[in-house]
Amino acid sequence: MNNDSQGPLWEVFLQKKAGQPFVHCGNLHAYDKEMALQNARDLYTRRNEGMSIWVVPSSAIVASSPEDMGSFFEPANDKIYRHPTFYQIPDGVGHM
Amino acid sequence: MSDNEALFKYTLRLGDTSLILAQRLCEWTGHGPFLEEDLALTNIALDIFGRGKSMLEYAAKLEGKGRTEDDLAFFRNDREYFNALITEQPNGDYAKTIIRQALIDCFDLLFYTELAKSKDVTLSGIAQKSIKEITYHKRHSFSWVNRFGNGTEESLTRLQNGLNDIWSYTGELFEMTEVDTLLIKKGIAVDLSVLKPLWEKEINQLLVKANLVLPESLYMHSGSRNGLHSEHLSYILAEMQSIPRMHPTAKW
Repeated sequence: MNNDSQGPLWEVFLQKKAGQPFVHCGNLHAYDKEMALQNARDLYTRRNEGMSIWVVPSSAIVASSPEDMGSFFEPANDKIYRHPTFYQIPDGVGHM
Repeated sequence: MSDNEALFKYTLRLGDTSLILAQRLCEWTGHGPFLEEDLALTNIALDIFGRGKSMLEYAAKLEGKGRTEDDLAFFRNDREYFNALITEQPNGDYAKTIIRQALIDCFDLLFYTELAKSKDVTLSGIAQKSIKEITYHKRHSFSWVNRFGNGTEESLTRLQNGLNDIWSYTGELFEMTEVDTLLIKKGIAVDLSVLKPLWEKEINQLLVKANLVLPESLYMHSGSRNGLHSEHLSYILAEMQSIPRMHPTAKW
């Protein structure tokens, strides 16, 4: 380990309230799981931003690449029948 | 000694101990080993400042001479300070700061958990608020002790050196004076002799886990209960007090 190393990168996800999805809020450096969790608490939850934390090693995240954009996402554009815009939504349903 | 005078001295001791420890820890601000840890320790120092402020505020009220918590913090000399000697010792490297913090956090959690049952409602109120904070501080410092102790040969050596430097200042944490005796009888103060075996047990477990050994010498420093300090306190005060003393009427 070289002297400048700040440890591997971790991604932080916060849940605002029970039942809500965990939302990505940033990343941090830490050498192990416990340190990552503590650092996430100190960096991202000092002002009641969340009630629950996930930390995930950034290296564990599999991401699509910009080159994939065309083949991954564009075919959805001309298939408007996949979007539920033709249906009347009863008033009682509220936001969907 | 009147009850009020004893309570003033007791509260002052607790306030000074928090204030000086926080001031010491803040020396790391901007100098931490890396950004996240810098913030973590500064955050902890801020919690401890908050506790010190509440204590000194209460002490000023008990004294009843019209002084504020700022007057107590900025316009007393070293001989009028009663912080535990361990809090004024230099930070050293990060391993030394961490082992000192672990020894203090362990003591503080036991102490404030007991103080929360005090018959003095102000002290018990401050203590109750502090318990959650200290629980986290202890988790932080203990995990770092484990990490250093089970890290590299160098991290273990530094941690052991830090422990050797600081150990002889731990005995004083459990010293009691007539102030304690008087206030224990009233159900206000914490009986430190009850805490000692609990603290020793927890610390021994931590040291074993972290591959540390206790220094052989049994000598323990003493003096702060009577306002006698190591040379380090005066330097801390000089830095901390210089601006209010130069500009006593300044406000912000």
